[in-house]
Amino acid sequence: MSESKRTIELTIDGRKTSVPEGSTLLQACQGLAIDVPTFCWAENLTPVNVCRICVVELEGARTLVPACSRKAEAGMVVQTESERVKLSRKLVLELLGSSVDMSLASEFQALATKYDAHPERFGPRAPRAAPGEREAARAGHHYAEDGEHAANVAQPKKVDNELFVRDYAKCMLCYKCVEACGTDAQNTFAIAVAGRGFDARIATELEAPLPDSACVFCGNCVGVCPTGALMFKAESDVREKGEWDESRQTVTDTICPYCGVGCQLTLRVQANQILRVTSPADHSVTSGHLCIKGRFGWGFVQGKKP
Amino acid sequence: MLWGSNARETHPIFFHHVLKAVRKGARLYVVDPRRTASAEWAEGWLPVNVGADVALANGIAHAILAEGLEHKGFIANATEDVDAYKALVARYDLARVARLTGVAPEMIQRVARDYAKAERAMICWTLGITEHHNAVDNVLSLINLCLLTGHVGKWGSGCNPLRGQNNVQGGGDSGALPHKLPGFQDVEDDAIRARYDALWGRTIPPKKGWHLTEMFEAMEHGHLRALFVLGENPAQSEADATRTRRLLGGLEFLLVQDIFLTRTAEMADVVLPGSASFCEAEGTVTNSERRVQRVRKSIEPPGNAKDDIEILCALSKRLGYDLALPNAKAAWDELRELSPMHHGMSYERLEALGGIQWPCPDESHPGSPFLHGRLWETPVRGMKARFHPAEDVPPVEALDDEFPLRLTTGRRLDSYNTGVQSGGYASPRRMQETVDLSPADMRSLGLADGERVRVVSRRGAVVAPARVDPGLKPGLVFMTLHFPDQVDVNLLTIDATDPRSGTAEFKAAAVRVEKV
Amino acid sequence: MDLEHLSQAPTDAETRAIDALLGPAAPDSHGAPVVHGPTPREARARRTFLLPALIALQERVGWISPGGLGYVCRRLGVPPAEAWGVATFYALLAVEERPAAFAHVCDDVACASRGAEELCSAMEARLGPCASSAHRAEPHAPRAGHAARWAKSPCLGLCDQAPAALVTVAGERPVEQAFGGATLARVEEALAGKRVAPASFALASLGPRRLLARAGDAKATTLDGYAALGGYRALERAFELGPEGVRKEVNASKLVGRGGAAFPTGRKWDAVARHVGKQRHVVCNADESEPGTFKDRVLLEQDPFAVLEAMTIAGFATGATKGWIYLRGEYPLAAERLASAITAARAAGKLGARIGGRDVAFDVALRRGAGAYICGEETALLASIEGFRGEPRTKPPFPVDVGLFGEPTAINNVETLVAALDVVRDGAASYASVGTAGSPGTKLFCLSGRVARPGVYEVPFGTPLSALVEFAGGVPGGKAITGVLLGGVAGTFVGPKRLDLALSFEAARAAGTTLGSGVVFVMDDSIELLPMLRRIAAFFRDESCGQCVPCRVGTVRQEELLARLARGAARGGLDVEKQLLAELGQAMRDASICGLGQTASSAIESAFVEFDSLGPLGRKRS
Repeated sequence: MSESKRTIELTIDGRKTSVPEGSTLLQACQGLAIDVPTFCWAENLTPVNVCRICVVELEGARTLVPACSRKAEAGMVVQTESERVKLSRKLVLELLGSSVDMSLASEFQALATKYDAHPERFGPRAPRAAPGEREAARAGHHYAEDGEHAANVAQPKKVDNELFVRDYAKCMLCYKCVEACGTDAQNTFAIAVAGRGFDARIATELEAPLPDSACVFCGNCVGVCPTGALMFKAESDVREKGEWDESRQTVTDTICPYCGVGCQLTLRVQANQILRVTSPADHSVTSGHLCIKGRFGWGFVQGKKP
Repeated sequence: MLWGSNARETHPIFFHHVLKAVRKGARLYVVDPRRTASAEWAEGWLPVNVGADVALANGIAHAILAEGLEHKGFIANATEDVDAYKALVARYDLARVARLTGVAPEMIQRVARDYAKAERAMICWTLGITEHHNAVDNVLSLINLCLLTGHVGKWGSGCNPLRGQNNVQGGGDSGALPHKLPGFQDVEDDAIRARYDALWGRTIPPKKGWHLTEMFEAMEHGHLRALFVLGENPAQSEADATRTRRLLGGLEFLLVQDIFLTRTAEMADVVLPGSASFCEAEGTVTNSERRVQRVRKSIEPPGNAKDDIEILCALSKRLGYDLALPNAKAAWDELRELSPMHHGMSYERLEALGGIQWPCPDESHPGSPFLHGRLWETPVRGMKARFHPAEDVPPVEALDDEFPLRLTTGRRLDSYNTGVQSGGYASPRRMQETVDLSPADMRSLGLADGERVRVVSRRGAVVAPARVDPGLKPGLVFMTLHFPDQVDVNLLTIDATDPRSGTAEFKAAAVRVEKV
Repeated sequence: MDLEHLSQAPTDAETRAIDALLGPAAPDSHGAPVVHGPTPREARARRTFLLPALIALQERVGWISPGGLGYVCRRLGVPPAEAWGVATFYALLAVEERPAAFAHVCDDVACASRGAEELCSAMEARLGPCASSAHRAEPHAPRAGHAARWAKSPCLGLCDQAPAALVTVAGERPVEQAFGGATLARVEEALAGKRVAPASFALASLGPRRLLARAGDAKATTLDGYAALGGYRALERAFELGPEGVRKEVNASKLVGRGGAAFPTGRKWDAVARHVGKQRHVVCNADESEPGTFKDRVLLEQDPFAVLEAMTIAGFATGATKGWIYLRGEYPLAAERLASAITAARAAGKLGARIGGRDVAFDVALRRGAGAYICGEETALLASIEGFRGEPRTKPPFPVDVGLFGEPTAINNVETLVAALDVVRDGAASYASVGTAGSPGTKLFCLSGRVARPGVYEVPFGTPLSALVEFAGGVPGGKAITGVLLGGVAGTFVGPKRLDLALSFEAARAAGTTLGSGVVFVMDDSIELLPMLRRIAAFFRDESCGQCVPCRVGTVRQEELLARLARGAARGGLDVEKQLLAELGQAMRDASICGLGQTASSAIESAFVEFDSLGPLGRKRS
């Protein structure tokens, strides 16, 4: 349906390439098979360019630019692995690694190795916050650090429903869950970023428990979370028991058993137990998003009685 | 236009697409007696009285014609019987329609203009249209609007029933209809039947069978004495449950194949444990947009439960015919051979393309994103599209002093039908059954939110907590069918059915609400 | 929108406060208040009232209660979680109940140099511990109870009258006062709702008095007085020149933005003017929040019509018909003066559909911030007006193309706009009669700290820094200047050896510093450097919006590092810490989304360069 787009020519890492007008630098890099790391970017969400791991050096620009959202322009000359880029990526990895539990973020460890990141150089981690402590932080005010510990977001898990758990010690504030809950997919707006600065956090209205909030439990936030901060209860339980074993798992695509929309489900199964239900981000029906029934409504094949 | 559909709750991922369009500036109108979650997103809500859909559609047509907004070229080229239609809708002036429907004339006018003038426009409906005694008239009235404005046969236009089950479309496509063979081929067409006879080596009955309502009528008259129920729970899902259960109980033999010991299965002589098609078996399902997609096995069914194909084959063999179909793919390939519209959909292509929309006549065909494109050819190939004038007929059960409230039923977001599937997970939002009433009726009945009340119809009575819903008009009562074990709402509903579709009027019963 | 709203009910007072702002709620067909949200099309128009509504609650009852928040959400169709996100973004909005009267006492760098610490001690002794947890030694200590009636605050823009306080008394007739010369007695008087007399301050020009031409003259605050002082002659001239002529003149004047970024004003106006046929906006950035900056406040309070006239000219020149003033929440007097100026200008036809009887439409809406430095960043400011969290947006696209509500927008600082008046009225050549070739005209500087006569000084570009400090009386007691913080906390320190620096954009650039927002914070040996650096670091940490990783976490790591140095506990030695700071600074500069993160380390890093000889860095305080 769209008119044929103009082509933009630019140079990335010394290689000339052309992309359709409107493409991002990330897409241009992907076209050249140049690997640009991302955390907060997802193909089914609007780029928010907040994690800054994808920054690249653009000739003539004062600062580095985020590849995920910066549109390609004719004549751009881009370096994706310059010293400046490497330093910023290293620091982003260190800042994340020292403040957030990134242990389940895919590729984090590999990237940390690649960019020689040492989060521990900011010092030992500060003790875990007490329940409610981070939620009580108010804009413009904070405890003065003594510098002994590296402040971080460690805090207790929030387990307030049977469908998914929220472990915000793993939250890197990528905004994906907020986008999926909001205009990019679900349009329920049950969560938003609240607070400010280092105290900024994902919150429901008045920090209410999820069952008391506007949440409709579509789990689209869980589907897009890159760090395991949001996790199926089934998966979380198995992980807590130390039984999570990807070598014993199967991943199968099928179609949702409920209404007639035809949402594709990807079932992750271990020992005949469904542990995770997602949908491919490029599926034409779902764009990766599901509703509560499709994502969580499979108990009936697992012996769960009404 | 969403007509008789609360897609926000019942087809949530479809509604994501609607929301994307709304955010890009598309206009959404919602026709529903209730101000539903879907209606909250609309720029216009048409609070139609239950059962007044034909009148409303005719009124919209009246307004379109009054301003000359009909698509004259399309009508002349591609349709028939427009004059009869015009003559009919001429009698549906807006004052009368407003009286019949409860929708303001200005709103009817607005919708008429927006719908007729839109470059692309779509009407999507669900059970609010089809669960009526005049369901077919309802559907035809909406189709008439499409024809009048030429919003059909083009990308981004058309009229779409949103399917309520993941394979209700596929069931019909593959011949699970009393009058059709796979691919919607007429069972009473000798030539077509001959192809099946030849392949199967058996003669299939030359006459169409009964649909569900006719089956119950046949049970009533003793013509139907044995029943095989697969993956259905009629004892709880059918209207007028007392009658349904009496008839099922009167059968000489009831065989149920299901993954649950449903209420129906409890009544059966024999129960065959099947498997959950979406994760314990291989196969295909077809969604609302005619997209055939693969379902795949990811877990083992419990205990002695078996793949449904295996059960059917074994059963057939005992009955003296070896189907010799070892698996789902073989069955599908046989269907492709017999059904031209499925012919191009090999498993390989379904895998590669992630689903294909029928018709797909050969293996080079990409599938069909929309139907009826031929109506835009000049001259039109084949039959022209006929207008089917339909008159307003109110619900079978009129309101009176004894039963002054209109009960309508529907689904909620996190539950599904009779709850046998959705009961298996712990939705934090799940409410048990409630009797939803307008604030005005709550007041006039002197009820407090949460107070238990008795709902009585001519057929039965149930007790449930009352709940105030500001989205309901006075006089309207809403209940779901999700918790039949606790609150058997189908004791109340009426089995008045549309003779052509066989669907019962779940959407319109007359009730009264009493303090307990 | 099928929003799920809060169940808590508002009080009558809250309902009335919101209805006074938004108009009475329309009854719906069911007789209940409208509970359903608008379509996205309507949502934008309503959402912009979110922050004003939250401020209305704060002013009426002293906090944002769940019932009040819920009512605002229902009226505006805003999801409660998003409204919560907005309410918790602003430091002046309380989301826990607290007494109606509340004092914000500045402890930022300028006030700290003039007795803030003593004032805070006195406050604590009288009213109990500070409600904020800032600067508490023990991490993870329990939070102060709700009884506290005061909190420490970042810079209140009253550095010329330091120490300063902002006192708000919520109620039917809320009283808000920001005042300098703050003492415990004066704060208590204000907490009791009594009017506090203003403190004195200096306004002076070294050279032609242009920007301050009317400031200090009480007449300028009335329309007639303003006209008598030559007001609205620039607008007349603009009408003679026509939009293109105005832009030509502004371009020729080489006028650049005075908010800190120094972008050419004429180019900005040209870019907006190019969007013919679209709704366009002019936004006056009056969110002056850079610590040590108070020049815009002086203009807004003393010369409000000049700001309106200049905005009208900007609107005329760019084709914008809507003007917005985004005023920082800590400036109640400016809010009062601007609001009455807007009313008077409208009544006199100087704003409205046909300005001066011509076919020129322009009107101005006044929007107040609520305690967020980041909202001075232009895209964060737009987000704040639109009713979202003040989170900066990525550029490009620039606001001149995609600005307020997605429409082309010229955002200009207060001083820039007032300077443009002179350019348009007298012509570019006249404007350039003073200043340097690269920086024509005059500039306002905010002198604070250890200087005899703190205040706003207008000087021609090119004036040496030392001459300016001298003009303001030098350090009291004739002590030596040990350094200057130039351009604000996002600027740099200038060591004693470089005080002859010429104050022009080009000279500053050549010297690796910036004029920034015109801050000249003068230091003598009574100012301890490390505590000051920690205050700066704490400020950036507090004011980071939290969106991007380099700034959100980097500002914390920077503060931690300085805390270690202040304790004499450098990890791995001073050189290791310096290297860490340099890397942090580089990453924040290179990879942060906006100017806040990009400049969060500039002053701190410069201190290490400029003050190596001072020697206290890394040494334990005695």
